[in-house]
Amino acid sequence: MDIFIQQLINGLVVGSIYALIALGYTMVYGILQLINFAHGEIVMMGAMITISAVSILSGSGVNLPGPLLVVAGLLVSIPITMLLGFTIERVAYRPLRKAPRLAPLITAIGISIVLQQVAVLIWKNNPRSFPDLLPHASHDFMGAVITDLQILIVVLALVVMGGLLIMVEKTKLGRAMRAVSMNQSVASLMGVNINYVISMTFVIGSALGAVAGVMVGANYGLAYPTMGFMIGLKAFTAAVLGGIGNLAGAVAGGLLLGIIESVGAGYLGPITGGVLGSHYQDIFAFMVLILVLVFRPSGLLGERVAERA
Amino acid sequence: MTLARYSLIATAVLALAACGKQEEAPAPDAAGAPAAAAPAGDEVIKIGHAAPLTGNIAHLGKDNENGVRLAIEELNAEGVEIGGKKVKFEMISEDDQADPKTATTVAQRFVDAKVAGVIGHLNSGTTIPSSKLYSDAGIPQISPSATNPQYTLQGFKTAYRVIANDVAQGGALGEFAATNLKAKKVAIIDDRTAYGQGLADEFEKAAKAKGVEVVGREFTTNQATDFMAILTTIKGKKPDVIFYGGMDAQAGPLTQQLKKLGIAAKVIGGDGFQTGEYIKLAGDNAEGQFASQPGMPKDKMPGFADFDKKYKAKFNTDIQIYAPFTYDATRLMVEAMKRAGSADPAKYLPELAKTDYQGVTGPIKFDEKGDIVGGQVTVYQVKAGKWEAVATVGSPAAAPAAAAAPAEQPKQ
Repeated sequence: MDIFIQQLINGLVVGSIYALIALGYTMVYGILQLINFAHGEIVMMGAMITISAVSILSGSGVNLPGPLLVVAGLLVSIPITMLLGFTIERVAYRPLRKAPRLAPLITAIGISIVLQQVAVLIWKNNPRSFPDLLPHASHDFMGAVITDLQILIVVLALVVMGGLLIMVEKTKLGRAMRAVSMNQSVASLMGVNINYVISMTFVIGSALGAVAGVMVGANYGLAYPTMGFMIGLKAFTAAVLGGIGNLAGAVAGGLLLGIIESVGAGYLGPITGGVLGSHYQDIFAFMVLILVLVFRPSGLLGERVAERA
Repeated sequence: MTLARYSLIATAVLALAACGKQEEAPAPDAAGAPAAAAPAGDEVIKIGHAAPLTGNIAHLGKDNENGVRLAIEELNAEGVEIGGKKVKFEMISEDDQADPKTATTVAQRFVDAKVAGVIGHLNSGTTIPSSKLYSDAGIPQISPSATNPQYTLQGFKTAYRVIANDVAQGGALGEFAATNLKAKKVAIIDDRTAYGQGLADEFEKAAKAKGVEVVGREFTTNQATDFMAILTTIKGKKPDVIFYGGMDAQAGPLTQQLKKLGIAAKVIGGDGFQTGEYIKLAGDNAEGQFASQPGMPKDKMPGFADFDKKYKAKFNTDIQIYAPFTYDATRLMVEAMKRAGSADPAKYLPELAKTDYQGVTGPIKFDEKGDIVGGQVTVYQVKAGKWEAVATVGSPAAAPAAAAAPAEQPKQ
C-alpha cells in the first residue's frame, strides 16, 4: 500500500510541474487560439538562466541562505524570460495574426528550435547540475516519503492557478483578456488595447514558465538545453487533456497526467507480465492525448465551442 | 473540432521538426571538421572520428575527439613516413548524436570521403550498426568505448576495440557485488540502449551465477530524468544493491532520487557514469557509490601522467573517460600503416590485426575477434567527491597467463 501511495505522490509532484507549464500554454491558447510551442524553451531558459545567476552570485561572494539565493536567481531570470516572451510574440506571432493559423504554429516551432540552439551556444550541451539550495528534508506520509521541495511544487502549482483565476476574473486586465479571447475586433471597438493585452499574456505566461523551469531543475537536480522539448510536449498534452484555454483544466489535466504516468510506469510491467516494461512510461502521455482527442476533443473541463470560421 | 484538428497537425509538425533537428545538427560540425588541417604538398591521410558531439553526453564525445586530435597533431609534428613518403594526417570529426540512425549516415559519409580508418563510435548502439558499413567498405574501425559484446561477434574483419567488453565488465561487476559488497538481493535498471542493456544482462548473469537474487528488473530511456516511479517499485523489493546500466546524465538524477525516496541501497554501474559529470550531477549523493572502468586505474596506466599533462595543456579541461583510449587507437592505427607501408585499408588491415602496442592505457593486442587481449576492469568508488580505485578485477580472459602467452593470433 505504501508503494501505491508513493506512486501517487510521485505522480502528484510530476503532475504539478506539468500543470505549472500547462498554465502557460493554456493562457496563450485561450486568448489567441495559438499553441505557443516555444513555451517549453522558455521553461528551459528560466532554469538555465537561474543556474547561471545563482552560480555568479555565489561565486562573487554573496552569502545568502539557499532559498533566498534561488529567489535572487529568479529575480534575474524572470525579467529576462518576460522580455523573451514579449519579443517572441512581437516578432514571430504578431505579424502573422491575420495569417492562416498554421503559419504562427510553424513560427512557434521555429522559435523553439532557435531558442534551443542559442542555449546550446551559451551553455554547451552538457547537463548543468542545479545547485542544492532548496530545503528537501523528507517527511514520512503513511509509509511514503515526501520532501519539502515536492510539497512546495504542489502548493506552488495550486497557488499560481488560484492567482491566475483571480486575475482573470477580478482585475481590469483579466476582464480585457476575457474580452479579447471572446472577440478581438469587438474588444478593440470597445476600447481594449488588444496588442497590450496579448503582450501581457505572453509576459505573464513566460514568468510562470521561468518559475516552472526552476522547479523542474530543482526537482531533478539538473537542467540542459534540450529539456524543454519533452516536458513542453507533456505539458501541452496536460493542457489538452484538461481542456485547452481553461486554467483550472490545465491544472487538473497536469495532475491527472502525472498520476497516470507514475502509476502506469510502476504497474505496467507486472500487469503485462513483463511484455511492456517501465520504459514505456512516456507513451502514456501520448496515448492519453490521442484518446482525449478522439472521445472528448474539447478536453475534460473544456467547453464545447462551435466551429469558428 | 477545430482544436482537435490543429492539435493533430501540431503533433505531426512537431514530429517532423524532431526529425529535422536530427539531420541538421551535423552540418556545422562537418564545416568545422578539418580541424587538424595539413599543409599542402604532403600526401594527406584522412582519419574519421565519430561520437556524439551534441546531446546530453556531448562532453564524452568531445573528450574522444580531443584524444584523436592530440594524437594527430603530435603525429603531424613528429613527421610520419609511410612507404617512404612523407604524410600528414587529417581528422574528419562527425557528430552521430548517440543515435543509431544518424550513426549510419555518418558512416556512409566516411565511406564516401574514403577515410583510411575510423576511430569510433562512442556508444555501442551507434558502433554496431555502423560497423556493417565499414566492413562492407573494408575500412578498419577501432572503437575506444563500445563495450557491447555483439560488436566483435558479427564476424567483421574491420571491427576492433581497445577496451574490455561487457562480458568482462558486467562479469567483474557481478562478482564485485557478490564478493566485495556481499549483496544478497540486487535490482537492475537499464536504459534500453545496446550498451546499457548488454551490460545489465551480463551483470545479471554473473550475479545469478554467484547466487545473488535479482529482485527487480526495471527500464528507462537515455533521455529520461524522472525515475521516481521505477525506484518506488524497486524500493518495495528492498535490494542491497541497485545496478544501473547507462550513462551519467541519467545515473546522476537517478542517484539523487534514490536518496529522496530513502533507499539505502548502493548504486553500482559501468563505465557510462564513472565520470566527473556523475559526481556533479548526483551531488553529495554520489558519495560511496560504485562504477567500473575497463582497463587499469588511471594512476597505474603506464603513460597516463604524461598524457594528462599534455591534454590539460592543450585543451585546458579535464579528461572525461576515453580520451586516452582514442589517443592510443589513433596511434596504433598509424603504427599499422607504417608497418604495412601503406594507408590503403586493404594493405594495412592485416598489420592492424598483428598489433602489439604499448599505449598510454597499457599494452594493446587484439584477439581473433578484434577484442583487446587481457582487458582488465577496475571498480571505483566515490570517496570525498572523487573516484578512487577500490579493486581491479581480472576478467577470465585477462588472467595473467593468457596475457603473457604468445597471443599473436592474426585476425585473418
